[in-house]
Amino acid sequence: MIRHATIEKNSILLLVLILIVVAIGGIVQIAPLFYLESTIEKVQGMRPYTPLELAGRNIYVREGCYNCHSQMIRSLRDEVERYGPYSLAAESMYDHPFQWGSKRTGPDLARVGGRYSDEWHAEHMANPRVLVPESVMPGYPFLAETSLDTTQIADDLRANRAVGVPYTGAMIEAAVADARAQADPEADGAEDLQARYPKSQVRDFDGNPAMISELDALIAYLQMLGTLVDFNVYKPEENLR
Amino acid sequence: MTELNDHGGNTAMRYPVGVVLAGGALLGIFLMARGANSAMVLHGFLFLAFCVGGIFLLIRQTYAAAPAEAAGATYNDAITRVGVIISMFWGVVGFLAGLAIALQLAFPALNFDLPWTNFGRLRPLHTSAVIFAFGGNVLLTTSFHVVQRTCRARLAGEIAPWFVLWGYNLFIVIAATGYLLGVTQSKEYAEPEWYADLWLTLVWVVYLLVFLGTLWRRREPHIYVANWFYLAFIVTVAMLHIVNNLAVPVSWAGTKSYSLFAGVQDALTQWWYGHNAVGFFLTAGFLGIMYYFVPKQAERPVYSYRLSIIHFWSLIFLYIWAGPHHLHYTALPQWAQTLGMTFSIMLWMPSWGGMINGLMTLSGAWDKLRTDPVLRMLVVSVAFYGMSTFEGPVMAIRAVNSLSHYTDWTIGHVHSGALGWVAFVSFGALYALTPILWRRQRLYSLQLVSAHFWIASIGIVLYITAMWVSGILQGLMWRAYDSLGFLEYSFVETVAAMHPFYVIRATGGALFVVGALIMAYNLWRTVRGDLRSEAVPATRPSPAVAPAE
Repeated sequence: MIRHATIEKNSILLLVLILIVVAIGGIVQIAPLFYLESTIEKVQGMRPYTPLELAGRNIYVREGCYNCHSQMIRSLRDEVERYGPYSLAAESMYDHPFQWGSKRTGPDLARVGGRYSDEWHAEHMANPRVLVPESVMPGYPFLAETSLDTTQIADDLRANRAVGVPYTGAMIEAAVADARAQADPEADGAEDLQARYPKSQVRDFDGNPAMISELDALIAYLQMLGTLVDFNVYKPEENLR
Repeated sequence: MTELNDHGGNTAMRYPVGVVLAGGALLGIFLMARGANSAMVLHGFLFLAFCVGGIFLLIRQTYAAAPAEAAGATYNDAITRVGVIISMFWGVVGFLAGLAIALQLAFPALNFDLPWTNFGRLRPLHTSAVIFAFGGNVLLTTSFHVVQRTCRARLAGEIAPWFVLWGYNLFIVIAATGYLLGVTQSKEYAEPEWYADLWLTLVWVVYLLVFLGTLWRRREPHIYVANWFYLAFIVTVAMLHIVNNLAVPVSWAGTKSYSLFAGVQDALTQWWYGHNAVGFFLTAGFLGIMYYFVPKQAERPVYSYRLSIIHFWSLIFLYIWAGPHHLHYTALPQWAQTLGMTFSIMLWMPSWGGMINGLMTLSGAWDKLRTDPVLRMLVVSVAFYGMSTFEGPVMAIRAVNSLSHYTDWTIGHVHSGALGWVAFVSFGALYALTPILWRRQRLYSLQLVSAHFWIASIGIVLYITAMWVSGILQGLMWRAYDSLGFLEYSFVETVAAMHPFYVIRATGGALFVVGALIMAYNLWRTVRGDLRSEAVPATRPSPAVAPAE
């Protein structure tokens, strides 16, 4: 038997043994997730975010919305009744990084898309307590006043492609045009956008046609959350886990 | 390893280090000129300031070389003195940030509806300030002190330890200013973006080398148990940090990056990291503090050497598996959830083994709890450690977690560990270190330590009980059904029900801040060399009167 004194007298041996001991758990738990059927299955309806939705998602990340809102409906009766069908692994397959959250100071947002009107969101973002007096959410009036920076959108798509999101060359090339087309119903290119991104919603989200604002992007993102998979068609037995 | 022992080598190191710093300054200027957004320009400026400051310090050291030559004979206490001051500063900042966001949840008007003052940006500022700025600097400082004393050797390198301390704090400032400007990866406790992560990796590698280099100089055959824990903390945090922060930047002059992993893989990697930030940053590292400062302050040897060995290896092996308990009932496969739960419950045993080893070290010295408020703080921290490491496994059980998850119960649990264990053991260590490092007879005032202890303890109790009640209440309200089978409460009714508890929590937090301010005052007076004339509590008659210095 190796005496512990041997380890205590040799810093490199101690270091190597520590590394081995702490590596095991992570390898056993994380590595299989890249190969298992239930965690890498494709579900009909999932597609990459449109450039405008991705920009909205980046604002969601920037403002730290995940600190108070989850995007993960657990497979519990009350959650399914309150928020809708429990979240599937595939529904966050293009989320770099994931936004499941860990705390619900506010409600879950995994299926908030279509629950409220654009006008509701716009007013709620400006001052949540106008619509929900008990709310403790901060107001974000500056989003409506800030013009969306689209200069980097193509690079954003390119970086996403580098980490595995299937954006095509055509999608990257049209990124800026697609972002504008989605927020401006008067602009051309809505059909092209919807051909590239099925089920994408085209309209002036923040109610201000003069400018494509950060609020446009954020509402576009919120309104698509949880809307891609059609649960009338989806068969849960194919997703046993 | 030999050049670390060679002080001539350290002098020679000044030139290559100076060249690297000059290169870094140019990089900072480049980022200021080409940064894709204002945050990158600011961070370029901070990096430039860091490098210029470093060059200035190198030049000063070169022309004041005489004391450095003699330094080889003594401990490097200059760096730990600076570390104590920085730790205390960040502690107060982090607690104040916590109080601010606690008040925001009770009174949302305090968000002021501005980008840089909203809860979403300030909450990471609070968590990073307390965990990485306060906790991290306490770990750096105490590890530098403990490894020197237990190896009876001077810290390896004359430049490298200063690079670690200042470089780590540059990381903190980049992270904190980034959050306020909206620069975040949104991975909890790993929010800093790719360039800050790369910088931290560099700092951390040097930290490991300094620590190992000091171990190699040791004049004791055995490596003391506290150093095992520090070493495990350094190595494992490096592994976690690198894997969880793998990302592809959008551009080399921009702040934004996209995580290499997505969805469920990203979630488990994050909570493998997140839970072990607790396990190795906030536990293993601080257990190193416990294993040095509790025996030292109690003037008793560690209770059981054998228990230390079992404690160490079982703790570091089991902790790594516990991450999936953050993802119960989610899209993570159930086998992984079950593994996470099982190992979390098993983790109870090594945690309590460590607690017992710490508490029983007081065998034969329990009376000191009456007379030594610093020891009292250390011992109560170990008791809190025992309490939260019992609560944790309970909350990791799937059935319990279905109630507790997403609620304030988790926040309460974290704070019983963070305030009761991590902060108290840090306070104890800083109180113990200050008179030693500044060569003072004792602290300025033990009565103020006692006041700090009681005020902070009452604050913790208010905090965690408020969060228990609000968390369990909210969890029960979410799942309550009325007699017709409908959900009884709308979400916003559960939000409204939280208000009184958020006020109580903020009150508890305010008391904790007051305690920390008392401590800062006490340490400052101690550093100045003041002694408050107060009745020193009667101790047992010593066998011999200590000789005067």
